[in-house]
Amino acid sequence: MPDDKALSRKLFVILGSGAVAGAAAVAAPEALRAEPVAAGHAKPASPRPTPPMEHAPTLKALGARPEAYAYLTGPEVAFVEAAVERLIPTDAHGPGAKEAGVAYYIDQQLAGRYGRGDTIYTQGPWGAGLPTQGYQLRYTPAEVYRLGIAATDAHAKTAYGKVFHLLDGAHQDVVLQGVESGAIVFEDVPAKTFFGMLLGDTVQGFFADPMYGGNRDKIGWKTIGFPGVGAVYLESVDKFNVPYDVAPVGIADEMQKSMAMQGGAPVEHVQTRLAGRARLRDIS
Amino acid sequence: MATLKPVDAVVIGVGWTGGIVASELTKAGLNVVGLERGMFRDTDPDFQVPQVHDELDYGIRYKLFQDAAKETYTFRNNASQGALPIRQFGSFIPGNGLGGAGVHWNGVTWRFLPWDFETRSQTIARYGAGILGDDCTSQDWGVTYDEIEPYYDRFEYLCGIGGKAGHLQGKKIAGGNIFEGNRSREYPSPPMKQQYAGQLFTEGTGKLGYHPFPQPSANSTRPHTNPEGVEIGLCVYCGYCERFSCEMGAKASLQTTLLPNLMKNPKFELRPSSHVLRINLDRSGKKAVSVTYLDGAGVEQTQPAEMIFVTAWALNNVRLLLLSKIGQPYDPVKNTGVVGRNYAYQVNTAATLFYEGRHFNNFMAAGAIGTIIDDFNGDNFDHAGLDFIGGADIGQSNTNARPILYHPVPPGTPAWGSAWKSAVVKYYNNSASLNAQGGCQSYRQNYLDLDPTYTDAYGQPLLRMTMDWYKHEHKQSAFMVEKLGQIAKAMDAKQFTTGLLPEHYDIVPYQSTHNVGGAVMGADPRTSVVNKYGQSWDASNVFVLGASSFPQNAGYNPTGTLGALAYHTMDAVVKRYIKSPGRLA
Repeated sequence: MPDDKALSRKLFVILGSGAVAGAAAVAAPEALRAEPVAAGHAKPASPRPTPPMEHAPTLKALGARPEAYAYLTGPEVAFVEAAVERLIPTDAHGPGAKEAGVAYYIDQQLAGRYGRGDTIYTQGPWGAGLPTQGYQLRYTPAEVYRLGIAATDAHAKTAYGKVFHLLDGAHQDVVLQGVESGAIVFEDVPAKTFFGMLLGDTVQGFFADPMYGGNRDKIGWKTIGFPGVGAVYLESVDKFNVPYDVAPVGIADEMQKSMAMQGGAPVEHVQTRLAGRARLRDIS
Repeated sequence: MATLKPVDAVVIGVGWTGGIVASELTKAGLNVVGLERGMFRDTDPDFQVPQVHDELDYGIRYKLFQDAAKETYTFRNNASQGALPIRQFGSFIPGNGLGGAGVHWNGVTWRFLPWDFETRSQTIARYGAGILGDDCTSQDWGVTYDEIEPYYDRFEYLCGIGGKAGHLQGKKIAGGNIFEGNRSREYPSPPMKQQYAGQLFTEGTGKLGYHPFPQPSANSTRPHTNPEGVEIGLCVYCGYCERFSCEMGAKASLQTTLLPNLMKNPKFELRPSSHVLRINLDRSGKKAVSVTYLDGAGVEQTQPAEMIFVTAWALNNVRLLLLSKIGQPYDPVKNTGVVGRNYAYQVNTAATLFYEGRHFNNFMAAGAIGTIIDDFNGDNFDHAGLDFIGGADIGQSNTNARPILYHPVPPGTPAWGSAWKSAVVKYYNNSASLNAQGGCQSYRQNYLDLDPTYTDAYGQPLLRMTMDWYKHEHKQSAFMVEKLGQIAKAMDAKQFTTGLLPEHYDIVPYQSTHNVGGAVMGADPRTSVVNKYGQSWDASNVFVLGASSFPQNAGYNPTGTLGALAYHTMDAVVKRYIKSPGRLA
């Protein structure tokens, strides 16, 4: 899709012009030659001009990622790593949630405003409510995990003599199915609520931008063929039934590359295999 | 508490309607203060890539939305239940910040049908009153399509809407929406490109004898300089519209249409981070004198003004009227009062189509891309024997394929594990979405009032919503499920899923933020809060604009209509009210 890639470059020149002005000496020559594609592409006038970037972080400063678990305890990490691998397993379609860093993603989310329930209305009084009234627990998501993991491990120990992560995969699935259906009853939080959060967060961690610690190496995006954030499809959207096989691009790729080049072109979609001939209107 | 220097007008909420009001008043030479609870934001630098393509932060964590921890609503299905707070938003997600929901919308920009404005009288004329049912309070708007047609035109040219007319200067035109009301002009821009699934939809509905046409879109299809002299960008089909802001300046919003001129006009003063607490009335209770708000530092300020425009989001407009004691609150038992009456929503009936071995590339998308049939909307089809009124726009529109929320699997697929993963891999690029966006009637028992128990972060009562689905919604949904199935088959889908409306309205799954009513317009003060100019029957210097004025909902997105109504109001205010304040109708 050469047209879109070229357009992507040109758009970046326009949109990133604040940075270009400050560091033209190291900007990509190709990008500097690009002309604005049309006046209408230009951003509208802003009452707040963007100042040139004076202290652009270096690639190294943003690239170093000292990963460590912040909220989950040791036993909880073992549980979450085991559980997410059953929910999105490594299989013929490629690596699963564990390898994609989803346990680390969940930990980081629980340590932050999501886990603390910062955007949940937390005034009382509390009532169980009806299913149509939604989440009515006083617990934050981080607290639901703490109680839910402990209750699941306690069940596994009673039923099979071992905590969850030490069970084999088949038994882990049986336990997860019991939590999912509510057949296994927890004392403090509804089992289904805990499972819903765990599954929802696992899917998020598999597919969210890698900047949040999951979807490592864009495993989730590669698995399904999502091209990521470098999204300019003006020339491709109406090429019907044609594969768009590209190496996906994340937010960090775009940001680090543009900072390293100080205003150069963004990371482009790179075709991973030839698209083949367009099969227009192939609706057989 | 400080009382500030009086101004001509205060606008409460600076989104689409507030922006139109401020623009028209300042052009007429009046001083306007815009009170906006959110912060200033603009295309550059606030909406820029790559950050704005962050599905987790924007799409899941609701970056651009009202903070439920500070201000939410309570909800129950009916008055026999106890209302509980919506602790995290689900069914609908109100916007927040300068530009309001106009920043994160998809950009679908409809005109309502002439029938929509005269729902009650035309229904009775064609079918008799029996089809409505005793509890249905849907009514005429007190304004007709023909009266606001020039203002639809004005809003469409402000935004540079792309589309194709189907009823132009009295002539029906194939390829456009032949069911629409008469247009005085063609759309300012050509329609959007069609997706692969849109092509299949066009062919399939064509075979069935229906009338497909491109969905009208505020995702700009060509560079457009609007009548304000502001240049709008070009949509690149990035697939990040709804819940996101546009890095291209291509999705029409306050920022891309009116804000550049407004911010340069010394007659306009924007006060961000201003949370309005109430509108103050004089002793007679018939005139508003000022607005009290908390500034960014938490200090209470009172701003006197000659005119006050309530231009927040629909539910928040109703709440502010109740908190300010403007208009008589609705009492569903005695069937008296008007504020909170005729709250209505929208009925979305969806289908997901599954194919084998295709490449839909649904991530190449735009919020308002789509192909529609209007054959089963409004009263475009005969309802005799159907026992419901209204209908839906039925369309194919894959607005995105952002993977956290878009990874459809066929019925019977497990929710996790290898079988789920295999199905996601197989169908991520082999699926397409159909939707019937249906109208919703109003009922005596669906209403809004102040909650007796729960308060917001500032200590004021939350708005309480009492809402459920009744006859017209259930029967419409069953009708649409059948139509969607027929279309899915005509599109050669190998499998498809459709879902009937559940028995009871559920605030958990996302459905629509097209909440309407509660401060409805009409010709009779006994059944409306405002007249056809959005002017309060009780305090004639208070104007309440936006979807809160819709007496029931149409099978369309609301923005085109609320934009047109805002221009309709401002034309009367500038030409008549400013010279001679008083009732406009």
